[in-house]
Amino acid sequence: MSLPFSLQVEKRLDEPPRWLPVATSVGAIVLAFLISGVILLLIGGDPVKTFQYFYNAAFGSWGALSDVIVKATPLLLIGLGCGIAFRMKLWNIGAEGQFYIGAFCASLVPLVPLMNMETTPRAVVLLVMVLFGMIGGALYGFIPGFLKAKFNVSEIISTLMLNYVAVYWNNYWIYSTFSDAGFQMTPMFPKSAWLPRLADLTQQNRAFSGITLHLGVVFGLVAAVILTHVINHSRWGYEITLIGDNPKAAEYAGIDIKRNIILVFMLSGALAGLAGMSEVSGVVHRLQERISTNYGFSGVIVAWLAKLNPLATILVSFLFGALIVAGREIQPSGLYFLIQGTILFLVISSDVLLRYRIRFVRTSSEAA
Amino acid sequence: MEHNIPENQIAVEMRDIVLHFPGVVANDHVNFTLKRGEIHALLGENGAGKSTLMNILAGLYKPDSGMILINGEPVSFNSPRDAIAKGIGMVHQHFMLVPTLTVTENVLLGLNEPRFLMNLPEYDRKVAEIAESFGMKVDPTAKIWQLSVGEQQRVEILKALYRGAQILILDEPTAVLAPQEIQDLMKTMRLMVSEGKSIVFITHKLNEVMQVADRVTVLRKGKVTADGISVQDVTKEKLAELMVGRKVLFQLNKKPHTPGKVVLELQHVSALNNRGLPALKDVSLQVREGEILGIAGIAGNGQSELAEVITGLRACEGQVLINGKNVANQSPKTAIKQGTAHIPEDRTGVGTAPNLAITSNLIMKTYDSPPISENWHISYSAAQEFAANLKQQYEIQAPSVNTQVNKLSGGNLQKVILAREISSEPRLIIAVQPTRGLDVGAIEAIQNLLLEQREHNAAILLISEELDELLELSDRIAVIYEGELVGEFRTEEADLNTIGLMMTGALRSQV
Amino acid sequence: MNFEIILRSGLSTGTILIFASIGEILTELSGIQNLGVEGMMLVGAMAAFKTSLATGNPWIGLLVGIAAGGLLSLAHAVVTIHFQADQVVSGLSLTFLGTGLALVLGEGLTGQNAPLIPNVTIPLLSQIPWVGRVFFSDLNLLVYIGYLFIPLAWWYINKTRPGLHLRAVGEKPAAADSLGVNVYGTRYLYTFIGGCLAGLAGSSISIAISPGWYSSQTTSGQGWIAVALVIFAQWNPLRAALGGYLFGMLRRFMLDLQGPMLLFGAPNPFFYNHNLVFFLQMTPFLLTIIALVWGSAASRRQRIGAPAALGVPYVRGERD
Repeated sequence: MSLPFSLQVEKRLDEPPRWLPVATSVGAIVLAFLISGVILLLIGGDPVKTFQYFYNAAFGSWGALSDVIVKATPLLLIGLGCGIAFRMKLWNIGAEGQFYIGAFCASLVPLVPLMNMETTPRAVVLLVMVLFGMIGGALYGFIPGFLKAKFNVSEIISTLMLNYVAVYWNNYWIYSTFSDAGFQMTPMFPKSAWLPRLADLTQQNRAFSGITLHLGVVFGLVAAVILTHVINHSRWGYEITLIGDNPKAAEYAGIDIKRNIILVFMLSGALAGLAGMSEVSGVVHRLQERISTNYGFSGVIVAWLAKLNPLATILVSFLFGALIVAGREIQPSGLYFLIQGTILFLVISSDVLLRYRIRFVRTSSEAA
Repeated sequence: MEHNIPENQIAVEMRDIVLHFPGVVANDHVNFTLKRGEIHALLGENGAGKSTLMNILAGLYKPDSGMILINGEPVSFNSPRDAIAKGIGMVHQHFMLVPTLTVTENVLLGLNEPRFLMNLPEYDRKVAEIAESFGMKVDPTAKIWQLSVGEQQRVEILKALYRGAQILILDEPTAVLAPQEIQDLMKTMRLMVSEGKSIVFITHKLNEVMQVADRVTVLRKGKVTADGISVQDVTKEKLAELMVGRKVLFQLNKKPHTPGKVVLELQHVSALNNRGLPALKDVSLQVREGEILGIAGIAGNGQSELAEVITGLRACEGQVLINGKNVANQSPKTAIKQGTAHIPEDRTGVGTAPNLAITSNLIMKTYDSPPISENWHISYSAAQEFAANLKQQYEIQAPSVNTQVNKLSGGNLQKVILAREISSEPRLIIAVQPTRGLDVGAIEAIQNLLLEQREHNAAILLISEELDELLELSDRIAVIYEGELVGEFRTEEADLNTIGLMMTGALRSQV
Repeated sequence: MNFEIILRSGLSTGTILIFASIGEILTELSGIQNLGVEGMMLVGAMAAFKTSLATGNPWIGLLVGIAAGGLLSLAHAVVTIHFQADQVVSGLSLTFLGTGLALVLGEGLTGQNAPLIPNVTIPLLSQIPWVGRVFFSDLNLLVYIGYLFIPLAWWYINKTRPGLHLRAVGEKPAAADSLGVNVYGTRYLYTFIGGCLAGLAGSSISIAISPGWYSSQTTSGQGWIAVALVIFAQWNPLRAALGGYLFGMLRRFMLDLQGPMLLFGAPNPFFYNHNLVFFLQMTPFLLTIIALVWGSAASRRQRIGAPAALGVPYVRGERD
């Protein structure tokens, strides 16, 4: 039994069409939803209702939309940080930890307090908090970067371990020194430590009432634009891309790889730290035990889905923000992880289509 | 076909073999016949399809169409296992040995016996016995990474013999051997043939064909241009023409040129290799502007390390002076800033970034200076222009400057590297194996480029395993053996025999 | 604080790490890096618990737990071996996937009691003075299986033909392929075995050694510690065992540090300021990092290291 033609898989000789990477990412997302829907069915849920609810919860109102952007903000910043690290093949899975440390350091400003919260102008307070957040994250990112550069320690494991350490560190301070009357959180920050929100403008416009959209998203957008420029138009961006593609060639060209490992990790950490500051200052307004719904890990997926492109990261983080908002009250709670994991898995599986193509080949009659 | 060879004397017959790779026909209706008990040379330049054809015979590839007969019986191989079962053994150009395992373990790999428990001492003995019987010395308990290249090749041959191979395929075996070792190999080959084995000897070196083969088949661009003609009936010149398709002049355009002042100087340089063992021992040499100093030696005698200490990729003791400035133990950027160009041995692993475009690869040395870059900024439009000029100038065959370099052929890849390195008007060029693996056209082009640079007064250090190339291009030749320079002379005074002896450490000049 | 108790606790909890770690050693020796171990452990734990609860039979639960880990690892195998996707990202995605699956399908299991794999005392051996009491009395059956498994794994890798082929495939697949060893098949097999062992490790938590289902707290990062252990162990099962047992002992030791009012004669800081326990909880993770640093330095000294082809997809006949 032989068919008149056969399927042949062969390596692509030239660039895949421009639309293909986008198509695979989109296709992966759609397929992931389908699979999750099936699993939902299996455990007795109603997928159609669930997804309808998803949609309404995320896009049904201005309030929902604002919530989505709020959730997307840390994802965007972390996604950008992870993206630049991955570009150099540095697997920063420690964004979660860098986020917490950034949040912690930024919180020191109102908690210690490091300056007079009543008299210092709000802009100054926030600026210092931004700096502290970024420096805290950068320092925490320095550790795995240094370990990798000096000792070639696997950054995957070191960053993962440091995630746990950061959470425990945070917990210690929240439970004891900065605790709010023995509760597992700090007192609420004074208003000068709050990032401005649209809700602050309720007086000017009734429509802004209750809208929690805060300045943090601007940080993200600005960072995306800056990073795009750095990657595509700067020397450093060229060096990072070169190192990521072939470290030996970069070395041969005289580029200092070790220095760049540390720098990139610090940048990645700084962005995650900024996300932490943005979250405690713009959303929760205090330091508490849980300030991240796994932003660190989601950020990894966001970066990968956006194919490490900073501008695409904006789009993808928005999508994931929608997922989080919609998934907030969905049972079962693990669904979020499941969808994320499936999306990532499908995206990397589909990457194969970028390197190989499938052709129909007429089998010749003389074939052995 | 028209061989008039009696059927029972044909060991292997390959009929009408066709094999495609994406974008290229590697074997285009190839016919090949191997007589029992003969040494049959398979000649062709790099990329002609010789290795591919033999890889099919060895079961690594499946042909798209065509037939293979072993001892008159049609066969179809789905994997190397099947070929081995039919008595075919291949000694690959790039050894297929596992470095962390011992000789015996490598020999036993993939076999059915011993089935489960590995009782090594018993098999160590067997392996040693077989080696002895073919005149080869080997320590079965040694780990492969501890062996020299020549010894490793013996293990490769042992693997085939242990499996009772009657048909042996040797893929460019002499590339890694010194002249004397090549003679030893040829003796072993004749020994094997006298025991009834048949040998296919893949090579691109005409001398060897004339020396040891009975018959020769020539491939060019995937097609057969000479089908099993007797070596007695043909001349080197005719073979070259069959290989390349046009009359080949064995002359290069080398004009007499007076060297100028010293550009590169090594003073008492010593260095360790990656395993922590001494690779360079107290090496001192000089290269002047407008001269080519060739370094002859068998692979693994310190050549790689020599290039690396000069270009800042390896630490060393002693001084490396370029234009009087000591660049030893500093970043490659220091050597680069002194006008050094480095054409590395490893084109894909070190010399280029495979997934990046031609443009990005071409600016690897110039990305931090005008006109491509001002301050922190890179102007990719300036880069594109720069790349387009170079692409035209060096005739790099590719769809565009945005093509990823891992899609380029070996020759074009090397042209990218050369374009990048030479376009910066270097004062010093370190060229390591610059023509390895390239076809004759590319080889000629690259050799002429080097000669051109010599006329532009660049100082060139040429490290090559091809003695012919060194003799043709160099003004002076130095021989390196176990990290030391054991001889140095002007090319006119060079004598192949003496060089060969020096390369194997049997001779040292009384300097 | 009782050394015997710490040792015995180390034997128990260490077994969990050791199954997962040796599984990953086998996978990595074949050249595939599987970072999905944490997800596979969790899936295994959930599947074992749920099945045991549903069927009333912990042995079936164990089998299902093992199979769950194995199945998940097959996804990793297909994507990395056939599609040649990036192994790091694939492994990570499977951690998320596995975790998600485990949490979703494990909904409602918290607080339940499932039938467990029993503790056992080995006759005769348990009579040996001290050694018998510590190593062979009243430990979970899986711990004893661990005792046998460790030297068996070492022997298999180093003294048998399949072990030889395994090492060859991870070190230089082209060489193995040219001699007829099935590279893809070998990698599939050991990725699957590694996944099964991760599933076994997970099952040994939920229905044997630390019984119960606590959502993602069930494994709480042990999968990652197991992966780190592989590097510390230099891909040697015996060293992995040493590291695993030591780690288990450390966990118990830390727990014991918190309780008493007096610690080695002085007031116990952890007793008086309970929040200091957080620093204690950091210790395993910090120690893992230190172990990694030590492991990397050691491998450079002895010039051994990871299998040379680890993480590199194999394509037959790929020109260099």
